[in-house]
Amino acid sequence: MSFEFTIENKQRFEGYLKRYPQKKAALLPSLWLVQEQQGWISPESMEYLAGLLDLTPAHIFETATFYTMYNMKPIGKHHIQVCNSICCCLRGSEGVVQYLKKKLGVNVGESTADKRFHLSAVECLGSCGTAPMMQINNDYYEDLNEAKIDEILEKLK
Amino acid sequence: MEYVLTKNWHVPDQRKISVAEKNDAYSSLKKVFGMTPLQIIEEVKASGLRGRGGAGFATGIKWGFIPKDNKKPVYLINNFDESEPGTFKDRMIAEKDPHMIIEGMIIASFAIGAHTAFIYIRGEYHRPWEILEEALKEAYAKGYLGKNILGSGFDLDIFTHRGAGAYICGEETALLSSLEGGRGYPRIKPPFPAIAGAWACPTIVNNVETLSNIPYIINNGAAAFKKIGTEKSAGTKLMSASGHINKPGVYEVEMGLPIRTFLEEHLGGVWKGRKVKGVVPGGSSFAPLTNEEAMRTNLDFESCAAAGTSLGSGGFYVMDDTTCMVRLLQFTTKFYAHESCGQCTPCREGSGWISKIARRIESGNGRERDLNLLEDVCSNVVNGRTICVFADAMAMPVQGFLKKFRHEFEEHIRLGKCPHG
Ligand SMILES: Cc1cc2nc3c(=O)[nH]c(=O)nc-3n(C[C@H](O)[C@H](O)[C@H](O)COP(=O)(O)O)c2cc1C
Ligand code: SF4
Repeated sequence: MSFEFTIENKQRFEGYLKRYPQKKAALLPSLWLVQEQQGWISPESMEYLAGLLDLTPAHIFETATFYTMYNMKPIGKHHIQVCNSICCCLRGSEGVVQYLKKKLGVNVGESTADKRFHLSAVECLGSCGTAPMMQINNDYYEDLNEAKIDEILEKLK
Repeated sequence: MEYVLTKNWHVPDQRKISVAEKNDAYSSLKKVFGMTPLQIIEEVKASGLRGRGGAGFATGIKWGFIPKDNKKPVYLINNFDESEPGTFKDRMIAEKDPHMIIEGMIIASFAIGAHTAFIYIRGEYHRPWEILEEALKEAYAKGYLGKNILGSGFDLDIFTHRGAGAYICGEETALLSSLEGGRGYPRIKPPFPAIAGAWACPTIVNNVETLSNIPYIINNGAAAFKKIGTEKSAGTKLMSASGHINKPGVYEVEMGLPIRTFLEEHLGGVWKGRKVKGVVPGGSSFAPLTNEEAMRTNLDFESCAAAGTSLGSGGFYVMDDTTCMVRLLQFTTKFYAHESCGQCTPCREGSGWISKIARRIESGNGRERDLNLLEDVCSNVVNGRTICVFADAMAMPVQGFLKKFRHEFEEHIRLGKCPHG
């Protein structure tokens, strides 16, 4: 399972290098590119980036694991992140987590058997005014209730 | 009042440069390039603008800290990490009027002598990031960015840099570590970033809202800005309002507005016809106010400080009279325990411990001595032995909750369960 950037991503990577005075600074954007390409940060991809950026694989591993948004293992296709922080809790986010657990038949941190959904409970997503809310991949879904959740998941086959 | 930041938020397609330009976007630049950098810094100093990222430090004074005899590159960093629970105003600026942010960054870069600037944006804000990228592309196409901007001889590149889910990266030195390609570990200050920041070069880190105020100050003059707000808190403030209120959202208010007026007239009062139990005016890192305290406090830096809290980043949330404050503290401490970067032992161990005690009390297994224990652990994390002020940011709300709502904690422990059911 070796890893290599697609031609397009290689170009984007080269573009990142031009932004910073030191190669190392391109690490976070490069990890994003890897995740976009294959959904997670595999050991092979870290080796690959280490070669491109003149860094040790250990530095890359240590950096990637510091951040919660890099997936260090493959996850379901739709990543549901429910904000379960202070302001969302004031408006019922715990109910949203409970409902999703029941509906999907998974615990927080797990993917459904068909790998369609992965459920996470996360800290503040900066959408406190429209609580409770969740993020699915790149999009925010706000002012949630059970009927709305059903409708949203239905559309994400 | 005059709106400084939100005046075009209702305009359809304000995100597009052609529309924004009709509403004066980038009009300040002509004036800017006719001024010297020093004149701009003096103007910002005279405006009384204070940072909107939490600490409220005077912006013009900060810009003046870049060494005069400096030979190294200078960097401007726009802190768009916005991860303080309760705060979502910077996201709204980007979604409603992204060109205002870019214009502010161009002026700031010119003033401090930066030719490269970064927008450090939290990874979760994927759509706002796309909006900014599009806006930057438009600004380059119109010659507001790049080489020899508007024939001024001034060159500037602005790039985005996405974080990946770590609250601590909002702290300015952690942000720099993250920008440079490592873990978001805060660094010991001094040296301050203005002397040795990104890649050990002079660097100014400013909040998104702070920078968005700059075009107004240049266009209308420092005096016009200073006229808005209070003596020590000039201008307006974006308040992110959430919790148990009828109309949550982002509001621009004149500094000095009484919390009572804000709550009743802007936010439509407490939901479900209930009463206020507590208010956090400036984000989760600060002490809550009781209803009585909140009703005599105003939304400005000095009034909030006098009340023993802070206007912070304007993350204003309201708890109604049915809220269990023990449960809320449990959520608050869970956040800090999750987000400590782990470099300093008192913070790493203390945050986990505090959160564990709060959870224990909430679940009904609290012991009488737990409240004193909580206070002890708090005073041990904020003993000046930590690298950054995250430890303070965790201890302040804990101490505030215990001081103001102690009876609820005692009742919880006594009953062995939540009296609110
Ligand atoms: C734990 C912690 C988190 C912070 N998070 C943010 C943030 O998300 N956004 C921000 O602008 N400032 C944040 N700050 C404040 C920054 O360190 C810095 O003071 C600010 O960006 C300076 O900009 P200003 O002078 O324009 O306010 C944080 C500080 C601490 C200690
Ligand atoms: S105080 Fe906490 S967050 Fe700040 S550097 Fe130390 S361990 Fe990290």
